[in-house]
Amino acid sequence: MREINTTQIKDQIKELFLKANYHIDQELRQRLEEALSEETSSIGKSVLQMIIENNKIASKEEIAICQDTGLAVVFVELGQQVCIVGGDFTEAVNQGVKEAYEEGYLRKSVVDDPVFERKNTKTNTPAIIYTEIVPGDKIKFTVMPKGFGSENMSALAMLTPADGAAGIINFIVKTVEKAGPNPCPPTIIGVGIGGTAEQAMVIAKKAIARKIGTPNPNERYAAMEKEALEKINNLGIGPAGLGGRTTTLAVHIDYLPTHIAGMPVAVNVCCHAARHAEGIL
Amino acid sequence: MTQVKKITTPLDDHQVIQLKAGDSVLITGYIYTGRDAAHKRLIELLKKNQELPLDLKGQVIYYVGPAPAKPGYPCGSAGPTTSYRMDPYTPPLLEKGLKGMIGKGTRSQEVIESMKKNKAVYLGAVGGAAALIARRIKKSEVVAYPDLGAEAIHRYYVEDFPAIVVIDAQGNNLYETEPPKYKK
Repeated sequence: MREINTTQIKDQIKELFLKANYHIDQELRQRLEEALSEETSSIGKSVLQMIIENNKIASKEEIAICQDTGLAVVFVELGQQVCIVGGDFTEAVNQGVKEAYEEGYLRKSVVDDPVFERKNTKTNTPAIIYTEIVPGDKIKFTVMPKGFGSENMSALAMLTPADGAAGIINFIVKTVEKAGPNPCPPTIIGVGIGGTAEQAMVIAKKAIARKIGTPNPNERYAAMEKEALEKINNLGIGPAGLGGRTTTLAVHIDYLPTHIAGMPVAVNVCCHAARHAEGIL
Repeated sequence: MTQVKKITTPLDDHQVIQLKAGDSVLITGYIYTGRDAAHKRLIELLKKNQELPLDLKGQVIYYVGPAPAKPGYPCGSAGPTTSYRMDPYTPPLLEKGLKGMIGKGTRSQEVIESMKKNKAVYLGAVGGAAALIARRIKKSEVVAYPDLGAEAIHRYYVEDFPAIVVIDAQGNNLYETEPPKYKK
């Protein structure tokens, strides 16, 4: 067994949320530059220029890329030979989130009761934590501050096996079309296929954090990603929804085994400020 | 690209009518912030026939809930939030003289009809360009509902705030007219 102290966990979570909220990763920055060179709409070009400039300012000054610093989503891959010592794991993650959002001048966007009180918790906690037990003696964290302009445009469909790949692509494209300008295009589309209804959405969210431009290793799924991306960009929605060729920067599909009677498809929409960071303890 | 028009707030009917869908504008002057919770409170006051905490005549509301300001900055990152959530609250505010709204995303037909009737304009700011926009906000003060934190009504003094006229007072709507030009 390898011991990991909750203080290390808290510090790691804090560092990753600060990093994710200030700095867009290299692959996404490069993809935005490519999109600018490919865009044919003049309004679209100026929107992309503003996004690129914005990301430079945020990174240089270490201020939030977007004021919606999101719900704090944390994916944990916990090595089964790790022994967590020094306190409560969930509390350590939440404390890391709290410190990042308080000390990093990030907006606190969590309300306690979704329907009635809607009172801000003022700490941006609780975090949304997904834990997977894996072999090994390390913990891997993937953090995603997830904004809600795009989250609100997400959708789930319980398709039938007969709908096939064509039915899935149609659902992805329709979801993006319906979202129009609302989720801050150009977007990144995470798609989860299979599993159960809730599992499909979880893997869709995790797919957003994949390095942009890395296709699914299964070539048939990679082909679906490519086809969906092309069809989406043929919609003409464009940057900020003001017309153009760049509606979506990437479609990332992930999949799981599912029931003989079903084919769940979850589409999780992410804005161009696709913020995530990874760390290993 | 059409020319960039410089506009100063407050706005009157004459200025509003000059603004056409597709115009790029740079806004200078005072604007007010407001989003979900503040709008809800304003509408509750109107329903009770009570005074609003601000005079909306000629004013512009920016749909934003800013990030906290770092020391030495007038305001934290402050990009637009999605506007449709404010749609149910908007026509009564337009009736009270509101002339402009800055946000992102679609508006309902009711809002557009009320904008035509009351001569108002809907401006789109680039969603996610929050750090860049914050640089154009020179002063910020809370004028109502401090208990709402980031959702409180702030008064900003802005210089050359970049936006695009998305829906003009005639009802022309870029979200309807532009994407079909790039559809394949």
